[in-house]
Amino acid sequence: MLLKRKFILKTKEILIERLLFFCSLLSVVTTLGIILVLLFETLDFFKEVPVWQFLTDTQWTPLFVNKHFGILPLLCGTFLTTLIAISVAIPVGLASAVYLSEYASLKIRNIVKPLMEILAAVPTVVYGYFALLFVTPLLRKIIPDLSGFNSLSSGIVMGIMIIPLISSLSEDAMRAVPMGLREGAYAVGSNRLQVALRIVLPAALSGIIAASILAISRAIGETMIVAIAAGQQPRLTLNPLVPIQTITAYIVQISLGDTPHGTLEYRTIFACGMSLFIMTFILNIFSFKLKRRFQEIYE
Amino acid sequence: MDPTFKIHGLSAFYGAKEVLKGININILPNSVTAIIGPSGCGKSTFIRSLNRINDLILNFHTAGKVFYHNQDIYAKDVDVFDLRRRIGMVFQKPNPFPKSIYDNIAYGLRIHDFTTREMIDEIVQKSLKKAALWDEVKDSLKQNALTLSGGQQQRLCIARTLAIEPEVILFDEPCSALDPISTAKIEELIHQLKQNYTIIIVTHNMQQAARVSDYAGFFLLGELIEFDKTEVIFKAPKDKRTEDYITGRFG
Repeated sequence: MLLKRKFILKTKEILIERLLFFCSLLSVVTTLGIILVLLFETLDFFKEVPVWQFLTDTQWTPLFVNKHFGILPLLCGTFLTTLIAISVAIPVGLASAVYLSEYASLKIRNIVKPLMEILAAVPTVVYGYFALLFVTPLLRKIIPDLSGFNSLSSGIVMGIMIIPLISSLSEDAMRAVPMGLREGAYAVGSNRLQVALRIVLPAALSGIIAASILAISRAIGETMIVAIAAGQQPRLTLNPLVPIQTITAYIVQISLGDTPHGTLEYRTIFACGMSLFIMTFILNIFSFKLKRRFQEIYE
Repeated sequence: MDPTFKIHGLSAFYGAKEVLKGININILPNSVTAIIGPSGCGKSTFIRSLNRINDLILNFHTAGKVFYHNQDIYAKDVDVFDLRRRIGMVFQKPNPFPKSIYDNIAYGLRIHDFTTREMIDEIVQKSLKKAALWDEVKDSLKQNALTLSGGQQQRLCIARTLAIEPEVILFDEPCSALDPISTAKIEELIHQLKQNYTIIIVTHNMQQAARVSDYAGFFLLGELIEFDKTEVIFKAPKDKRTEDYITGRFG
């Protein structure tokens, strides 16, 4: 009798373990599947378009009669919006992290931090229309030449969107700096700003860099805002006032359009997707490594 | 001699909890005063109240007066950053900044507007010599301070404090994380520093208090039980509780 109960218990244990294993396997298999699909479709694409042309041609016109497959204009668009976004997000995000970690009282932090994190919960579609229908008209009052679709306003709004990411992760890094370091700095007569900027910030630097890299990779992959507000014109320019197209926005355009499956035009989006994947993957590895280094110092 | 500190009825609280109860002490210049007592008696809180470093702790507040050269340091118009510059502190756990050995000392100088390179070089060297660390690190000033041993780190923290030329140095159990050899070096250092600085040292090591101090105060449960010359405290304490603690009957 006892033996039988033991047997049932054991079988139950094994079943539960298998079930949990299967669940974790699911996401690994999905990731692998995505990478494989990307890889095969991309390889098919490069059978027809040489890699060299893809990387160096300065025009991207796969849907025109005169076809060009140079990713540079799309890369340039992605680069431009990302650059604008992080020039907004890093200074503002860092400043608010310094405030929350070194200046704010517990009471204020408990109110401000969740409020900031709400920013991260707003759907990106809303941000897109915010850029198109509010920020662009506003900027046009200052810059009359600004096009209706442009990288400036989508970049700025994207920057606002990733502020909480930077500030929250940077604040965590700064708060992980041991109290003893601050005391040491105050004990030689530092004021709060000196402690924050000269002691805490450098000590938390690798965590802050990791946060910034994550934010950059988020900006590179961001889709809705640029698809709505940056335009649909692949253009090799660094001018933030004119319509451009990012890699992600191009993928949206093709996915939504009537491009037939299995054609070369259709496969372009996999080559684009692969480029995006490689870029963000490298950045994520980089940030992961930095974060590990940062954790090692203070444990 | 005019006392450096005149402490009148100092009480200290963490929230509603009273951890110091009406302390009265005068601290004389160029002397070493040891604060002894069992764990939790308020001795660390006491010393951390003297340069207002405890202001950083949430819900900490004080009552009573602490006069530093006739200036109440808890008065509203006190520049607390300048105060801490004149009353240096060495902590229980060595806390060098994660910077080079050189920059650890230069930091305090730079924030106080010593800007010329030569001046900083000179003070860095002088301070490391005073802290008896120069010979060990003179060839590796650019090295990260966290690579030093615990005892070296603590002497670096002393050098960092000396560099900005305070008048008082507060030592909060400076040897509790160190081995006996490093401890001996620091005690020797305290002995030498006495000529130029007023020193207050918190310690739970009674031999150390007997070795380094001129005056000693015995704290128990937030109260100052007895304060006198060190030899009196150790050889002929007036209070029974002091005697019990000194002779190791509790604590």
